[in-house]
Amino acid sequence: MATMSNAQAQSPSAETNLQRLIQITDVHKYYELGETRVHALRGVSVVIERGDFVAIMGASGSGKSTFMNILGCLDKPSSGTYRLDDIEVSSYSKKELAGIRNRRIGFVFQGFNLLARTTAQENVELPTVYARMEPKQAAARALECLTLVGLGDRTDHMPSQLSGGQQQRVAIARALVNKPAILLADEPTGNLDSRTSVEIMGIIQQLNEQGLTIVLVTHESDVASFAKRKITFKDGRIRHDEAFPNPPSAGEVLRDMPEQED
Amino acid sequence: MGTLPTIRVALRALARNKMRSILTMLGIIIGVAAVIAMVGVGQGAQQQVQSQIAAMGSNMLFVSAGSVTRGGMRMGFGATKTLVYEDMTAILRECPSVAAAAPGSRSTGSVIFGNDNWSTQVIGTEPQYLDVRSWPMASGAMFTQNDVDTSSNVAVIGETVRKNLFGATDPVGQTIRFKNLPFKVTGVLDAKGQSAAMGDDQDDVVMIPISTLLKKITGESWLRFIVVSATSKDTSYAAQKQIEGLLRDRHRIRVGSDDDFQVRNLADMAALADQAGSIMTTLLAAVASVSLLVGGIGIMNIMLVSVTERTREIGIRMALGATEADVQKQFLIEAVVISLTGGIIGILLGVGASRLITQTLGWAILISPLAIVVAVVFSAAVGIFFGFYPAQKAARLDPIEALRYE
Repeated sequence: MATMSNAQAQSPSAETNLQRLIQITDVHKYYELGETRVHALRGVSVVIERGDFVAIMGASGSGKSTFMNILGCLDKPSSGTYRLDDIEVSSYSKKELAGIRNRRIGFVFQGFNLLARTTAQENVELPTVYARMEPKQAAARALECLTLVGLGDRTDHMPSQLSGGQQQRVAIARALVNKPAILLADEPTGNLDSRTSVEIMGIIQQLNEQGLTIVLVTHESDVASFAKRKITFKDGRIRHDEAFPNPPSAGEVLRDMPEQED
Repeated sequence: MGTLPTIRVALRALARNKMRSILTMLGIIIGVAAVIAMVGVGQGAQQQVQSQIAAMGSNMLFVSAGSVTRGGMRMGFGATKTLVYEDMTAILRECPSVAAAAPGSRSTGSVIFGNDNWSTQVIGTEPQYLDVRSWPMASGAMFTQNDVDTSSNVAVIGETVRKNLFGATDPVGQTIRFKNLPFKVTGVLDAKGQSAAMGDDQDDVVMIPISTLLKKITGESWLRFIVVSATSKDTSYAAQKQIEGLLRDRHRIRVGSDDDFQVRNLADMAALADQAGSIMTTLLAAVASVSLLVGGIGIMNIMLVSVTERTREIGIRMALGATEADVQKQFLIEAVVISLTGGIIGILLGVGASRLITQTLGWAILISPLAIVVAVVFSAAVGIFFGFYPAQKAARLDPIEALRYE
């Protein structure tokens, strides 16, 4: 948080900077595939404010995955700048980026990506290990996060003993454990049935209501409909950027859904 | 990631693939066990040789009839007929550094008792022989100087001969036969074991008076050897020089000609045996090290498989904040845990195997703490060396690619 207070002290526009969690300016990304050069992002500029809930949409090959990887500090832009929390991360080293991923970003993946044969509790504790958190503190924090996603009673379950929805909830708890600035969810409902999808979206909406900034990548428009803002990618550029100030509540949608039959 | 949690993660990863981990360790286990046991055998043999030589008395000298060249052919030691009984009395009389001496000649053949026979070596000598060799009696008594003077048919037998001819019967007072002559057994020699220099069984022997052997059996008038003891350990070289000078004089050997006898000093033999022993130890250790190397390659192989299998796990860890150094450390520690666990099991197995060898084959084995420390350090080094490449491969993975890996 030291960097933030520095920024506040130095910048005259501290108020607006504080609101801008993510500021991406004219980002390009090329890949060299043998002889050919793939231009995955062709000048993307976007500002995401603190507390927003953004859905990133687009067909495969539109550049949304590349954008997501850059946003998640798993990849670096070929040109352009990326400021996260007022830190210029595009110039960071691999090691520094690992630290950013660890403390500032919470990942939720389509395939859950939990460690097999490892309990829910230990899966959630994993990021705290790399943050060198005190083991006792880490265990307490992990339990807190599991309770938050409604799995406080399943801490010693292995991923194989949990349903898909429960596994994704463990993954969300893991993403929250180091108190990140942003939650990045990459097709979080892609492997789930429609009812469980809405359940998971409910949890994500709830987290957003508590103030967490969310960026969600999806190609399903009904999943994206729960977000407050939709950004659509096409051919490496942002095609649409629309705000939806009053999205439907996933909790209410769930109530109106018929019960599962089996 | 701290070292302790990393070790815990490594142990758990290994416990998940128990069979594979054990098979991987097997190379190191066998390697370390082999090094421990082989070096133990080598050093044990060396120490045994040294203690035997020390027990024989390092002031003993062995004068043997020398080789001679006849018609261009070098005959073996003992081929000359120039070493005679008078040489021995002269040595006793004229060499101030000599304390005692005994003459000797030998014959081989079957010794018979009742229905049993045993092929052995018969040495003709005098009672002082036992003093020079510091060789006590187990039962009965050595024949006397009087027996030598009268060429009596008496004998003392070694432990091996007693075991094979008499079994449970008390040999003292019994009569054995050698070359159709009856010999009354007056005593049994204490067991002496293998000879330090040659490795032959020193207890496989029958001793009779020299006069009896020469007159009644071989018909020779010359000696095959003389055993001499110097007045002390420090004078053994002086004694050697005195004997060599005296015998060259007595045998009228011109300056520049070869001796027709040979004087061997036990201190020289000890040094020689020691050298042979350390060569053997080095050789055994080298052979055993090869299996450690093979074990190390096995670890590298399995670690590479493990990195490929766990590509996704590596991707997850990296996405959640593991640095390259964290991932490298994790796999390196895993490799070291395999090799070190293997090393410790190997040490236990090696010590166990050594005990077994000692019990079944009767070889003396010396397990030095140094060998154990070296084995531990070496197996850890094998883990680091052969784990480095796979660990680096894991650390260099691109997290995006790794997360996509199926």
